[in-house]
Amino acid sequence: MSYQEVTPHMQTVTRPAKKRRLLRDMAKVWQLYLLMILPFAFIIIFKYVPMYGAQIAFRDFVVSKGIWGSEWVGLRHFVRFFQSYEFWNIMKNTITLSLYQLIAGFPFPIILALSLNYVGNLKFKKTVQMVTYAPHFVSVVVMVGIIFQILDPRIGLVNAVIKMFGFEPVDFMGRAEYFQSIYVWSGIWQNVGFNCIIFLAALSGIDPSLHEAAVVDGASKIRRMWHIDLPGIMPIAVILLILNVGHMLEIGFEKVYLMQNPLNLRTSEIIDTYVYKIGLASQVVQFSYSTAIGLFRNIINFILLIAVNHIAKKMNQSSLW
Amino acid sequence: MNRKIKETGSDRAFNIVNYIVLSLFFITVLYPCVYIVSASFSSTDAVISGRVWLWPVEPGLKGYKAVFENKAIGTGFFNSIYYTVAGTVINVVLTIMAAYPLSRHDFVGRNVIMFVFVFTILFSGGLIPTYLLVKELGLLNTRWAMILPTALSVFNMIITRTYFQTTIPREMLEAAQVDGCSDLKFLRSIVLPLSGPIIAVITLFYAVGHWNSYFNALLYLKDRDLYPLQLVLRSILIQNQIDPNMITSEEDLVARQGLADLLKYSLIVVAAVPVLIIYPFVQKHFVKGVMIGSIKG
Repeated sequence: MSYQEVTPHMQTVTRPAKKRRLLRDMAKVWQLYLLMILPFAFIIIFKYVPMYGAQIAFRDFVVSKGIWGSEWVGLRHFVRFFQSYEFWNIMKNTITLSLYQLIAGFPFPIILALSLNYVGNLKFKKTVQMVTYAPHFVSVVVMVGIIFQILDPRIGLVNAVIKMFGFEPVDFMGRAEYFQSIYVWSGIWQNVGFNCIIFLAALSGIDPSLHEAAVVDGASKIRRMWHIDLPGIMPIAVILLILNVGHMLEIGFEKVYLMQNPLNLRTSEIIDTYVYKIGLASQVVQFSYSTAIGLFRNIINFILLIAVNHIAKKMNQSSLW
Repeated sequence: MNRKIKETGSDRAFNIVNYIVLSLFFITVLYPCVYIVSASFSSTDAVISGRVWLWPVEPGLKGYKAVFENKAIGTGFFNSIYYTVAGTVINVVLTIMAAYPLSRHDFVGRNVIMFVFVFTILFSGGLIPTYLLVKELGLLNTRWAMILPTALSVFNMIITRTYFQTTIPREMLEAAQVDGCSDLKFLRSIVLPLSGPIIAVITLFYAVGHWNSYFNALLYLKDRDLYPLQLVLRSILIQNQIDPNMITSEEDLVARQGLADLLKYSLIVVAAVPVLIIYPFVQKHFVKGVMIGSIKG
């Protein structure tokens, strides 16, 4: 802020003097630049160099020829992707999976937070929080391992129940139609507790005098929840939802990849897994084609994020953040 | 006061419903965990025939014995500790080195540098170019590949910067500067001692991230001796590749298969335990981290 206050003076100063002053200000904090060298070098090397390298999407990259030696082919790889028979299926899978996750995952953390907020028994509240937060820290590999064990057609818990009722066991992981539901609901199971933290914080930020006034007016708890708590956390909920739309194409690739098998590939192939497979895991590596697909996703992602941040900023001018 | 008595009726109903809702959440999350722990302590026979429901059936430690006899799991465990400790130390140091200057108002160029950092959240070169870079740098199949490409998270850097901005009063810096204190000295003797909570938070974020990640290892490591635990887990839990040597004690095929099933439950427990043991102690830090992260920097 203080910068803006200073600038009017600086305008009256002549240009070389201004430059001198800038250099003097910079020299004063030289130790801060010293601190910055390593992190800055990291960002340039590990983030910006790959961005520069992404130009192989427009070339026919051959490792021995290097980036500049490889032939420039323009948008050929992109066109090839758009025209490939996998294109629509992959896009559809990516978008439906993230929309499913977004919509199904939306209400549960809110319900949990509202519910926790009205518990009188502190010990019970703490226990529920402790247990529901815990799965968040389990790794993807272990999580998918748990899913496989529980849904196993031979020894799994779910099929034990199904068999108990006299039905045939179901091979859940081998059926494409179940993939998205398993992915989304196991995600909700794992993260509902952790995702409710932010709503709990919003709830504790609600002015207590609102509740006191409502109690004096004879409002029941359910009415207070509906008319005070819910409107109180809605701004945060809406902003989170909007921001999540911005991350739509970045679904948990690691989990999808682990859950994939040839039988459910029809619904489980998403952009990121496809990029990995044709780029690095296949017999014939296609660096350029794979990079082009990844770049396409990143550009769409970038546009979405910018748009979504713009909307969120407009919306929260008068709200919490 | 009459009114209050009338209300308790509806409020009591509300409370009951509320407890039921919470109990449902509680049981839904807890039950699968209890089931897996119980299965891991049961006999192979009980696991195969699906007789485990809540408590261990014919309790034993056979599964755990098989886990601890497996050499790959031991190596993986050691490697994971190595990557987690070394990686986290580098992470935390780099994060503070970036966050502190960016939190200072008199740091000329902070907006430009901040933009350079934040832009990498919005856009990235992608998987293949990053892989090619790591290859070009000669890091493939070395321990560095597990540490350097993730040496700094911009998200954690931003929450650290926000913390510095909100908790270190500017007057303190000015007073120190008047006394001739250099920036490095100020950081070391004033800022860091005041930053315990945020250092705890980012240490945890980074450490859990390292411990739980498998994908960089899958990308960059070929040598099995370098595999972190998660990659070993993947081959056993997900790909069902169990080294026959480790269950040679069982003679016939059925018993061998049964032990393989049991071993998976025990392995899930062993893999989840290190994080879950420290979890109760660090839970409040994580909550704090989410809070700081949610305040826009």
